[in-house]
Amino acid sequence: MASIEMRDIVKTYGDHPVLHGVDLSIQDGEFIVLVGPSGCGKSTLLRMIAGLESISSGTMSIDGREVNDLKPKDRDIAMVFQSYALYPHMTVADNMSYSLRLRRTPKEKIAAAVAAASAKLGLDPFLGRRPKALSGGQRQRVAMGRAIVRQPKAFLFDEPLSNLDARLREQMRAEIKRMHAEFGATSVYVTHDQIEAMTLASRIVAMNAGSVQQIGAPLELYDRPANLFVAGFIGSPGMNMLEGTMASDNGTSLVRLTNGTTISLGQAVDLPEGTSVTLGIRPEHVTIRPVTGGVAASVELIEPTGLGIILHLTVHGLPFKIFTSDRALLAPGTDLTVGFPTERLHLFGPDGQRIALVPLEGSVVSSLTAS
Amino acid sequence: MSILLTIAHRLAILAYVVFALFPLYWLLKVSVTPNDLLYSEGVRMWPSHATLEHYRYVLENSAFPIFFRNSLIVAGSTALVVTLISSLSGYALSRFTFRGKYAVVALMLITQMFPLVMLVAPIFKMLSPLGLTNSLMGLIIVYTAFNVPFATFLMQSFFDGIPRDLEDSAMIDGASRFTAFRQIILPLTLPGIAATLGFVFTAAWSELLFALMLISGNDSATFPVGLLTFVSKFSVDFGQMMAAGVMALVPACLFFLLIQRYLVQGLTAGAVKG
Repeated sequence: MASIEMRDIVKTYGDHPVLHGVDLSIQDGEFIVLVGPSGCGKSTLLRMIAGLESISSGTMSIDGREVNDLKPKDRDIAMVFQSYALYPHMTVADNMSYSLRLRRTPKEKIAAAVAAASAKLGLDPFLGRRPKALSGGQRQRVAMGRAIVRQPKAFLFDEPLSNLDARLREQMRAEIKRMHAEFGATSVYVTHDQIEAMTLASRIVAMNAGSVQQIGAPLELYDRPANLFVAGFIGSPGMNMLEGTMASDNGTSLVRLTNGTTISLGQAVDLPEGTSVTLGIRPEHVTIRPVTGGVAASVELIEPTGLGIILHLTVHGLPFKIFTSDRALLAPGTDLTVGFPTERLHLFGPDGQRIALVPLEGSVVSSLTAS
Repeated sequence: MSILLTIAHRLAILAYVVFALFPLYWLLKVSVTPNDLLYSEGVRMWPSHATLEHYRYVLENSAFPIFFRNSLIVAGSTALVVTLISSLSGYALSRFTFRGKYAVVALMLITQMFPLVMLVAPIFKMLSPLGLTNSLMGLIIVYTAFNVPFATFLMQSFFDGIPRDLEDSAMIDGASRFTAFRQIILPLTLPGIAATLGFVFTAAWSELLFALMLISGNDSATFPVGLLTFVSKFSVDFGQMMAAGVMALVPACLFFLLIQRYLVQGLTAGAVKG
C-alpha cells in the first residue's frame, strides 16, 4: 500500500506537449479515476506512474521516494491493460505466477498465492488453459488475477473494461469495487466512461487536453462542476448548455438567451450586465409542468431507455434535453411547459469557469419570460 | 456451380505445382539415367533402366563431400549469425526511437539496391589483404553483411506484430527489458525466427557469385562452385552433376522440415482481445 505524489508533471514528445504540469496527491488506499476524452493524456499519466513513459519534468514519488528514474520493475506496481496483455504461450497459472517467479518466490508461496487469487476470481477450472482458450471475460479475470497475486504497492488500470460487453462490464465494475473495499489497495484507474468514474472513484480527476480540470469526489463533480468541460463530460445524457448574456431586473440577475428568452437566477450575481455567460442545467433536473412559471416547449424526439425517457425538445427554437420517468410523455409532438429550478442551475463565466450561485431555500422555479 | 469452381481451382493449383516441380523431377530423372541412355533414348519421362551409379561416383571419386561440408558450415553459420544480429536490430527498429534511426534504415535499404556484381572487385580488394579470400570465414562474413539488412526488416515486421503491451506488462511484472525480450517476445517470434533462418540458409546455400570469385581451389569451395567442376572443357557430365544437385537439395529440405512447424502463424493468438 502506498501514496503517490505528483508535482508539476510535464510530458512532451519532441516539441509537442501532451501533459502541462499535473499536480496530484493520491492518499494510501484511495481509488482515483482519471477520466477524460481520448487524447487528454490520462493514459500517458498512468504509464508515467508505471514507469513505461519517461517524465519530461516534474517529480513523481511513490511512498515518499522519488521514482522518476526507477525502472518499471523496481516500482512494485501492478497494471491491468485494456488489451489484458496475457502471455499467450503461458497457461493461466503461469501468467498469474510470472511476477512471483521473476522474484524467485518459493514455490509453495507461489502456489498458495495463485490458488487464493484464482479461487477469488473463479478461475480454478481454467488454470491449465492458454489465454486463447478463454472468453473475453475470463481473460479479463486472469489479468486481474495476475495483478492481485503480487500484492503490489498500487494497482493501475488502463481502461480494463472497455473490451467487455455491457453486461460483463457492469459485473466486473462491481467486482473491482468489491475488491478495492476488501484489499484497500491504492488504485489509479483510467477510463473515458464517466459511469465507471462515478461508480468506482473515491476521487475523480477530470482531464482535458493535457490538463487537470477538476479533482474531487464524484458527486462534487456532478453537483459543482468547476468549468464547462467537466459540466459537459460528467452526467449522461449531458448537461444542457444555454448561451446568453447577463441582465438584471429589480436587483435579481437574469440570463438573456440568444433567442431573447430570459431566465432568472433568483439572486444577484456580481457580474456586469452584458457579460456573456453559459447557463447549464442537467436534463434530469428540468421540471415538467411546474406549479409556477415555466415555458412552453414541444417534444420533437423521444428516446425510451427503459429506466426513463430522454426527451428532445425545443424551447423557443433552442434544442434541449429532458430526462424523465413519466411515460405519459411518450409521444412526439406533445406540448409541455417546463421549468428550471433555480437551485439546479449552473452558471459559467466567459472563461468557462464556474460562477458560484448561492444555494436558495426550497425549490424555487425560475421564471422564464419569452420576449 | 461451386463444385465446378472448386475443380477449376484445384486444376489451376495442380498445373502450377506441376510447372514448379517439373525441373526438380527432371533433375532426379537425369541423375538416375545411365550415361549411355542419356542421349540415345530421346526425351522420355523415365529411362528404360535406372541406376545409382552417378551417386556412387560422386560420393567416392569427386570432392563433392568436401563441397557439401563447406556449404553446410557456411550456410549454417551465416543463418545463425544473421538471425542473431537481425533479431536484435529488428527489435530495436520496432520498439525504440533513437537519433539517426531513419538514416540507419535508409543506409540499409541502399545496400540492397546495388547489383552484387558491382561489389565483387572492391570486396575482393578488401578481403585479400586480410587473408579472407579462399576461406570459409571470408564467405560467412560477406554473406552475413549482405543478408543482415533484409533479415532485419523481416524480423522488424514480426516484432511489429507483437503487441507492446506484452513487454510493458512483463516489465511491470518485474522483468528487465532483456528478460521480457527473452522470455515473452522471443518465444512469440519463433515463426519469424524460423522464416529468417530458412531464408538466409537457402540464400547462402545456393550463392554462386561470391563463392566463385572469392574461392579458388577445392578445399574451401562450396557446392554451387563444386557443381561447376562437372563441366569440363569438352563435355558436361550431366548425370554426375544432377546427382550432386539432388544431394545438395537434401539439407535444404531437412532444414525446412525442421522449422516448418514454427512457420505456421498463430502463436500469438489470445494475447490480446480478439
